[in-house]
Amino acid sequence: MDTKSIMIVGVGGQGTLLASRILGSVLGDAGYEVKVSEVHGMSQRGGSVVTYIRYGEKVYSPVIEKGQADMIVSFEQLEAARYIAYLKKGGTIITNTQKISPMPVITGAAEYPDGIIDKIKDKGINIIAVDALSAAEKAGSSRAVNVVLMGVLSKVLSGIELDSWKKAVEKCVPAKVIDINQKAFDLGREM
Amino acid sequence: MSELMLGNQAVARGLYEAGVSVVSSYPGTPSTEITEFASKYPEDEMYCEWAPNEKVACEVAVGASIAGARSFCAMKHVGLNVAADPLFTASYTGVNGGMVIAVADDPGMHSSQNEQDSRHYAIAAKVPMLEPSDSQECKDYAKLAYEISEKFDTPVILRLTTRVSHSQSAVSTEDRIEKALPVYEKNIAKNVMVPANAIKKHIVVEQRTLDLISYAETSGINTVEMNSAEIGVIASGICYQYAKEALGDKASYLKLGMVNPLPIELIKDFASKVKVLYVVEELDDIIETHCRKNGIEVKGKELFTLQGEYFQSKVKQVILGEKDEWETLDTDIPVRPPVLCAGCPHRGVFYILKKLGVMVSGDIGCYTLGAAAPLSAIDTTVCMGASISGLHGFNKGRKGEYEGKSVAVIGDSTFMHSGITSLVDIAYNRSNSTVIVLDNSITGMTGHQNNPANGKNIYGDPASAVNLEALAHAIGINSVTVVDPGDLAETERVIKEELAKAEPSLIIARKPCALLKTVKHKPPFRIDSDKCKNCKSCMRIGCPALVAGDKCITIDNTLCVGCGLCEQLCKFDAIKE
Repeated sequence: MDTKSIMIVGVGGQGTLLASRILGSVLGDAGYEVKVSEVHGMSQRGGSVVTYIRYGEKVYSPVIEKGQADMIVSFEQLEAARYIAYLKKGGTIITNTQKISPMPVITGAAEYPDGIIDKIKDKGINIIAVDALSAAEKAGSSRAVNVVLMGVLSKVLSGIELDSWKKAVEKCVPAKVIDINQKAFDLGREM
Repeated sequence: MSELMLGNQAVARGLYEAGVSVVSSYPGTPSTEITEFASKYPEDEMYCEWAPNEKVACEVAVGASIAGARSFCAMKHVGLNVAADPLFTASYTGVNGGMVIAVADDPGMHSSQNEQDSRHYAIAAKVPMLEPSDSQECKDYAKLAYEISEKFDTPVILRLTTRVSHSQSAVSTEDRIEKALPVYEKNIAKNVMVPANAIKKHIVVEQRTLDLISYAETSGINTVEMNSAEIGVIASGICYQYAKEALGDKASYLKLGMVNPLPIELIKDFASKVKVLYVVEELDDIIETHCRKNGIEVKGKELFTLQGEYFQSKVKQVILGEKDEWETLDTDIPVRPPVLCAGCPHRGVFYILKKLGVMVSGDIGCYTLGAAAPLSAIDTTVCMGASISGLHGFNKGRKGEYEGKSVAVIGDSTFMHSGITSLVDIAYNRSNSTVIVLDNSITGMTGHQNNPANGKNIYGDPASAVNLEALAHAIGINSVTVVDPGDLAETERVIKEELAKAEPSLIIARKPCALLKTVKHKPPFRIDSDKCKNCKSCMRIGCPALVAGDKCITIDNTLCVGCGLCEQLCKFDAIKE
């Protein structure tokens, strides 16, 4: 198979790194060669964050660029808009409908754009928009947005056993919150 | 057994397997996790520590090597500037136990103040440098570096870049090789670098470089992969991966695992087998210059760039002329820059400094974010420690004109790193400068490492803590004040008072980082929408938990940690606990 590329994008503090570790783990268990690339440091402080997951028989570059992603999982609407150019023709974007205002919007220097999801649809791009924040709260913690979205992804991504996802969630999240996260995963999968 | 590991984690695994027993580092993105992962191995097998700075860390590694132990230190590219002094002379003394320095460059400046290419240091210090291209190589090259170090009697630099350090790929692990400590023997000719000894050692170093060039030609660390005779590519590290991704079997490759010293015959032979030869290297034209110097015709920086990262598309575009296509939305997308966190103890200080309109000499850490709007408080950021010495120079340069209206701001960890000597300069050479240590009891930006001022070592065990107040007094700063930066009125009063004094002063703004797990937060504050006049006074502090609205401000209760700074700014009593 050709190498596949998935991007996870969001806002620093939303748990994108943990999501990329879950995904890296299930793909590795499925027998693929996997590379996961993340950026630490400055970008953690509420900035726009992105991680790349590439998998296949042989993977060279750990990085995904514009026009190269088969799939994007966005944790926030504005970030979906920001990274949409990274999607390959025919690719799919999953986005959380949550909005988090960046500092220029907070200070009034810029406006949060309206109708992002419709604009993406109008371009003929496959988009799955879900309210992952409500699902996470229902599961018991607003911090479980990342695992809800992995649940949504698990339905779209073929070839991976449910059991493998569940094991990866258990392995990657802190022991105290395994139950909340398993529930969050299930709610995401049902969406 | 194989598992996914970050490049940095794989380096740590390599150290462990190589039988390394002393590790000393100062944190710096993207190198930090090497030492964090190393500290997870048993302390009695591989002792780890956070040193106050990279020079100290490197000297600890030098000392451990002289003692016969395999030793290690890690740093980011700018850290090697600080550690350059011991490195250049350790190149002359050579090693007893193997010694490796990992240096992580940051092309693209994800988290750095410049984009320097550390390969220049390997050339200048005349030491070998290895460059892995994925996590497995991170582990393998770390181990190989110790063999080279001991075989050629030299420190070895392991060069990483952000994408190698912070990418995960599969690594297979092996057992640790325990290295028995050799007997320590005094050896003045080898280890005392006075001119008479160093003159002799320089001859040895030059011969060593020739020996290492032979090693580079034949050892197998530099590999040739012949595919097409049309296109040849020379690359190392992550650029090799970008080139393979972009060109696949359409090109032949000379992959350099050792980037200093470089082979000559191997490159000449490869060049003779391909029609067009490209050098794909991020940052400076080091391989390219080496080729040209040796009469090998290559294409390089006239097609590529000296700035930033390359990625596969750049290689594909330059060499094959192919471009990817993509869709964009016809809408303006506001930027989302990193910001000081909700509840950050630095915010209050920057708010007051902006209000007072003072010149702020800044430093390296989370608080560099105080330069971002709406606080926009910082005037300068250069390097670790430069806030204090830079302020002294600024005040001398302005002949005292700014002494009552300028301050330096520096974090506790950065102050330990290289602020102390700068403060000595202020006391000794007398400028009426005001220095603010933003003491949040942690090394914040790199992800919460303990430091010599917070009373814990790398293992989280209790350790001696530098008493900043006593230290300031001891070096001749008589006016020392501690203030809680969560109290805006008191912070303003103290800063004004110290600025007015005709003597140097130190203000310690002490409040722990809001992200520390040990910090207990109040519940989120709320806004009384009847009382809120939407005057936006509270918005001046640039808190990400405050959200502008048409009628009134709201508080994002998933972010607010109840620090109460906004409450102190509200004239209408609209913000409540």
